[in-house]
Amino acid sequence: MVKVRIPQPLQKFVDNQTEILVNGKNVKDVLNALIKNYPDLRERIYDENGNLRRFINIYVNDEDIRFLDGENTTINDEDIISIIPAIAGGENDFK
Amino acid sequence: MNFIKGLKCRECGREYPEEPIYVCEWCFGSLEVIYDYENIKKVLKRETIENREKNMWRYREILPLKDGPKAGFNTGFTPLFRAKNLEKRLKAKEIYIKDDSVNYPTLSFKDRVVAVAVSKSIEFGYDTVACASTGNLANSVASIGATCNLKRFIFIPADLEKGKIVGSLIYNPIVIAVEGNYDQVNRLCTEIASKYKWAFVNINIRPYYSEGSKTYGYEIVEQLGWKAPKHIIVPCAGGSLITKIWKGLNEFLKIGLIEELETKLYAAQPEGCAPIVKAIKDNTEIIKPVKPNTIVKSLAIGNPADGVYAVRAVKESKGYGEEVSDEEVIEGIKILAETEGIFTETAGGVTVAVTKKLIENGIIPPEESIVISITGNGLKTQEPLYDKIYQPIRVKPNLESFEETIKNLRR
Repeated sequence: MVKVRIPQPLQKFVDNQTEILVNGKNVKDVLNALIKNYPDLRERIYDENGNLRRFINIYVNDEDIRFLDGENTTINDEDIISIIPAIAGGENDFK
Repeated sequence: MNFIKGLKCRECGREYPEEPIYVCEWCFGSLEVIYDYENIKKVLKRETIENREKNMWRYREILPLKDGPKAGFNTGFTPLFRAKNLEKRLKAKEIYIKDDSVNYPTLSFKDRVVAVAVSKSIEFGYDTVACASTGNLANSVASIGATCNLKRFIFIPADLEKGKIVGSLIYNPIVIAVEGNYDQVNRLCTEIASKYKWAFVNINIRPYYSEGSKTYGYEIVEQLGWKAPKHIIVPCAGGSLITKIWKGLNEFLKIGLIEELETKLYAAQPEGCAPIVKAIKDNTEIIKPVKPNTIVKSLAIGNPADGVYAVRAVKESKGYGEEVSDEEVIEGIKILAETEGIFTETAGGVTVAVTKKLIENGIIPPEESIVISITGNGLKTQEPLYDKIYQPIRVKPNLESFEETIKNLRR
């Protein structure tokens, strides 16, 4: 299981939890697993075309996935994934 | 009187009430304060403003407070002056310096945004203010927060210049030195802000906080005799200042305080951290985050929060962006000191050096009016200068020793 940290603006869609444990081999898997349990998250995290929204940054441990493999970044069991509002910064390059 | 209509997402346009929220819960776009300009236009005239005290609150109708300011009563209205010596040096006809290196109380433009943010935090009922900072913001939150008797948590990258660390510690806040760069500090703070009920001035108070930057632009126009200059060179870190200067100039046009607006804005960044300038040059709104590597720590934000909006402001104004090397930054600091007697921090070295480059490359016509933004004070960032300036000349305490020394002096 990996731990996913939920930012404050999304907490109300996940029963006000700040951290959620899910399974997954890479970032995409993990996000999909999360969305399966909390379907309201889908349109908050992905846009109409199925791309990560441009104002969301995803981190694996301390690294922005844009510096790793994007959504294909491999996840190990002890990893922590954080969903961070970009506060308007930085667009996702991995479309 | 209250002229705030609420918050609006800059991306999808959804509106929200005036609360301590900072991103659109729908698309994560950033939120912006919107005002009732029709009614502001009726009450805010040039004479009204001119008759008020010389601080940033002379524009209070277009700042986002309901209950009025709680701090910053000496903040703003810093000098704007014609820089004749610098004009000669840069071979231009009309250069002005807008000098926030002497802004009150902590010697940077950040006192403007913090005066708004602290007042707003009190309005929202917070007893703790916090920030993620490259130094200047830290100093300002530590100081202004103290005057309002607030608890303060200051998060900085651990490798900041000593002057900026002492410049926070002296006000006795809790300073957390994070072992990482600013982007990592900011990320950590975003997570802390999700968990703790604190007013993070540049996170959950950001829509209000950033409005304070507009006063820098308002003052340029008022001090030039209610006239917007042709060119303004602005240092870019997170991209908020340039975005808000552009907003401010357009507000002045909208409420009739100026009749025309033909100002071009230029984003200035150091080569070692220039994601905004790169996007401008590549003519794209895609900001590619970078890992900063520059002596200009106050601009070392690799993932700029308002980068997209900075690019838009530059494009809308038909301006441009330019970057300079660390060596050029040092030269810029020295040029300003030697010509105009101002000791600015590294970010000021960036704007001076970028202005020089833009004039030399023919992008800014040398006969048009140019305002160079100086936003911070050099006494805070002395480290990069130690081996780049002349050292004191030692003499024995007698006339012979002195005269022997100056005989050989070659300067």
